[in-house]
Amino acid sequence: MGGPLALLLVCFLVYPVGQLLLLSVQNDSGFTLAQYRQLFASSVYVDVLLITLKISLVTTLVCVVTGYPIAYLISIVGKDRKARLLFFVLLSFWTSFLVRAFAWVVLLGRNGVINKLLLSLGIVSTPASLLYNFGSVLVGMVNALLPLAVLTMLSVMENIDRNLPRAAATLGAGPGMAFWKIYFPLSLPGVAAAGIMVFVTAIGFFIVPALLGGRRETMITQLIIDQIQQTMNWGFAGAISVLLLLVVLVVFAAYDRLLGLSTMTGAATARKAVPSRLSGPIQKGGDTLLTLLGSLFDGIIDLLPSRKRDRNPDQPGLGLQMFVWAMLLVISLPTLLMIPLSFGNGGLNWPPQGFTLHWYETVLVSPLWTQALLRSLMVGIGTGLLAMLVGTPAAFLLVRSEIPGKAAWLAFILSPIVVPRMIIAVGLFYVFARIGLVGSAFGLILGHTVVAVPYVVMTMMAVLRNYDTRLDLAAQSLGARPFATLRHITFPILGAGMMSSFLFAFATSFDELTIALFATGGLNATLPKQFWDEVTLQVSPVIAAVSTCLFVFMGLLIFVAEHLRRRAAAR
Amino acid sequence: MVPSSLRISKLSKRFGDFVALAPTSLDVGKGEFLTLLGPSGSGKTTLLSLIAGLARPDEGRILIDDADVTHSPAYERDIGVVFQNYALFPHMSVEDNIAFPLKMRKMSDAEARKRTMEALETVRLPHVAKRYPRELSGGQQQRIALARCIVYRPAIILMDEPLGALDKKLRDQMQLEIKRIHRELRTTIVYVTHDQEEAMTMSDRICLMNSGTIEQLGTPEDLYFRPRSVFVADFLGESNLLSATVRDVDADGLDIVLTHQQAGSRAVGNGARFTAGEPIKVMVRPQNLHVESATTGAGGLTGRLVDVMISGSLTRLYIAPETAGLPQLVAAYPTRSSLVPHEIGQLVSVGWNPSDAVAIGDSGGH
Ligand SMILES: Nc1ncnc2c1ncn2[C@@H]1O[C@H](COP(=O)(O)OP(=O)(O)OP(=O)(O)O)[C@@H](O)[C@H]1O
Ligand SMILES: [Mg+2]
Repeated sequence: MGGPLALLLVCFLVYPVGQLLLLSVQNDSGFTLAQYRQLFASSVYVDVLLITLKISLVTTLVCVVTGYPIAYLISIVGKDRKARLLFFVLLSFWTSFLVRAFAWVVLLGRNGVINKLLLSLGIVSTPASLLYNFGSVLVGMVNALLPLAVLTMLSVMENIDRNLPRAAATLGAGPGMAFWKIYFPLSLPGVAAAGIMVFVTAIGFFIVPALLGGRRETMITQLIIDQIQQTMNWGFAGAISVLLLLVVLVVFAAYDRLLGLSTMTGAATARKAVPSRLSGPIQKGGDTLLTLLGSLFDGIIDLLPSRKRDRNPDQPGLGLQMFVWAMLLVISLPTLLMIPLSFGNGGLNWPPQGFTLHWYETVLVSPLWTQALLRSLMVGIGTGLLAMLVGTPAAFLLVRSEIPGKAAWLAFILSPIVVPRMIIAVGLFYVFARIGLVGSAFGLILGHTVVAVPYVVMTMMAVLRNYDTRLDLAAQSLGARPFATLRHITFPILGAGMMSSFLFAFATSFDELTIALFATGGLNATLPKQFWDEVTLQVSPVIAAVSTCLFVFMGLLIFVAEHLRRRAAAR
Repeated sequence: MVPSSLRISKLSKRFGDFVALAPTSLDVGKGEFLTLLGPSGSGKTTLLSLIAGLARPDEGRILIDDADVTHSPAYERDIGVVFQNYALFPHMSVEDNIAFPLKMRKMSDAEARKRTMEALETVRLPHVAKRYPRELSGGQQQRIALARCIVYRPAIILMDEPLGALDKKLRDQMQLEIKRIHRELRTTIVYVTHDQEEAMTMSDRICLMNSGTIEQLGTPEDLYFRPRSVFVADFLGESNLLSATVRDVDADGLDIVLTHQQAGSRAVGNGARFTAGEPIKVMVRPQNLHVESATTGAGGLTGRLVDVMISGSLTRLYIAPETAGLPQLVAAYPTRSSLVPHEIGQLVSVGWNPSDAVAIGDSGGH
């Protein structure tokens, strides 16, 4: 049952990436290290690598530190408030990276909201240049990856038994102590998982540095794009890819040594939460630090007027709530501001002036945009179907039967998430070029399925794990034949879960740029590709109009997916 | 003899090397309430799923109303199953859940609705028809599961620990309810539990299982008063077991020698065949043990009172015999304010009526 999936991954992940790596050590006459000599000949490429690492590290740090309180608050508040908070995180998560990065370009521009605000407050007298520097890249990166960090940490925090901190309180620990000595260590696997997910994604990023960064914020994936798009230098692109892949592997190896990779996947995390492989001294030092933090916070709490101290320990503090809402505002506002701008006729300057539907009209009558939309829809639906077709049986296999090497299979299936997307994209381009799939919708569907299928397998596995097979037996004992059981019981109950994993795959494809960048071959652009081509050419209100459409479309999708998910979970 | 509704012959089931059910034969009469009782892992669920057709046997045959159904799939057997977790369909209302088996039998909508309402009346929950299973309490879900089962009037209803998840009070109430429904419908019921009290109160017959085999099959009285093995004696309530040897067997019972005092005594048989010289156990139920204050040097069996426990209507006395090598004994009396000796440490003498002493073969088995 896992056959089709394995075949897909071998043909369109392992083989292309392997080819690319091979190309880096091959020339016409055989084995060569020339590409690597060139790579290290000047400091240019090493510098880019260092910058990439620096941006990724700082992004990771900021995402984890600011994401932690957000995830924490979401994990402790009641159902309704949780839904509200989660909606904003999800909205941001699902909004295209392109749309979000573009929004910051507009926001931070010379005539953008921020500059207008600074001018009116008299903080600056002439518009400050806020774009194309390290700061703007960092803001864009954090906005792009914060939702991922929050969602990753949340999945661990939700599994932490809320009674443990309470138990600690009954044992004499103050709120600070209970948090730092009990809750925090239990949530660490989530922090670690979020850290590595954000770091690995950041290191393969190119949209944000390309749109928001200057020459000094060039990241390593941008070099790969240049090599392919400008000089078709496969060998050198391969060499850079090897470098990138090595860095990722080193990061994973370090993570595995410190925490064990098993902490990354699934619910096992919360149970055996305490990082096991931290060796003696580190652990001891960490323990002392946590005790110190705990007593420090309890000390501060003791200093507060007693009325405040007596509040229900489960009630989040006002400060925490304000911080979280502020952060959610920061990550949602830029895209929301696109909406009024897209209806204005004053260009992208703030405040918007007048009201016009001109930009929407431009989009609708342009064959470039409409064809891109159609193609994206088609590829998205194709990807959703193919990913379900190969992913669902594999999920069944992984959940319902005992196969040897389950963990290894799972790691293999999830590998498209951790291999930098750019490497997959370039490898696929090379392979597609040789078998004539460049520019075809089918090729895109294959490529997108490779990166979407891990999500399908994971959600379907979760859905199947929750499915009580005794219901099938009950139906049979009540007289339902196998097909009737499938039709009346199994399918209706799994249906919502299947629909939401289809939507997940669809959305992944609909927003996919990296693979589309090459595999469309300059023709037959998808929506993100068209967006990218336009936005790198010029920043125009047309883009704001497209952004608004995408935003609304994605908002609807999340709404539907969430609705389905909740209907499934309510049982 | 009532005609049999369900007949099982030499049925067995293995999981790999593990024998979950050794070849087992069993007859269940029409309208009978038979309980499968046994410790966890003894094969009760296994036997039940074989009967229901939810698992395939390795050997043996199953006949329902004299028709061989060994190889029929579950949906072709005329059987209803109430699952331990109820297995109500979460995406269907109570009404639809109950109507499901009727729909599968292609019954007309009007008829199905009528039968559904009748079934809901029977379990006394007509007002929850429109609700979803998650909107019901545990006890209500239990009744709906029962209603879904009785609505299509299967020849046999199988229940796998249907009351396992309920609290004591609700369980007692549901036991009565199930008995009432059984009386009204006269369906054959095979009921699984590992609660011996539940088995005793509800069953016509009890089938006590142990590691994949039937340990003893009989009425509750049979099992309680004439256990065939030490395992049965232990499983159904408390018992005092003393070693003895058979001296002679006659029509009324056995002449025995109690090992601990080398004195002759009498015991009644449990239906098994005994031979002179055979080592046996003698079982005396706690309520048949007489305890009296004693002075040192008194004859017979003496011991010290180590504990007195009042549990509702019964008071239990735990006695450590003075003779070395004897197990602790337990006696039970109706709880009263005085009467029995009750001072911890007090010396007491223990005796019983020979007709209350039951001989059990000491085959060294379990
Ligand atoms: N699918 C299976 N694979 C392997 N062994 C099984 C399987 N199902 C049951 N067993 C084993 O068969 C034995 C009997 O199981 P069964 O479920 O019949 O016990 P039970 O009497 O119903 O116990 P309980 O009172 O705990 O429900 C157990 O030891 C169990 O481990
Ligand atoms: Mg069982």
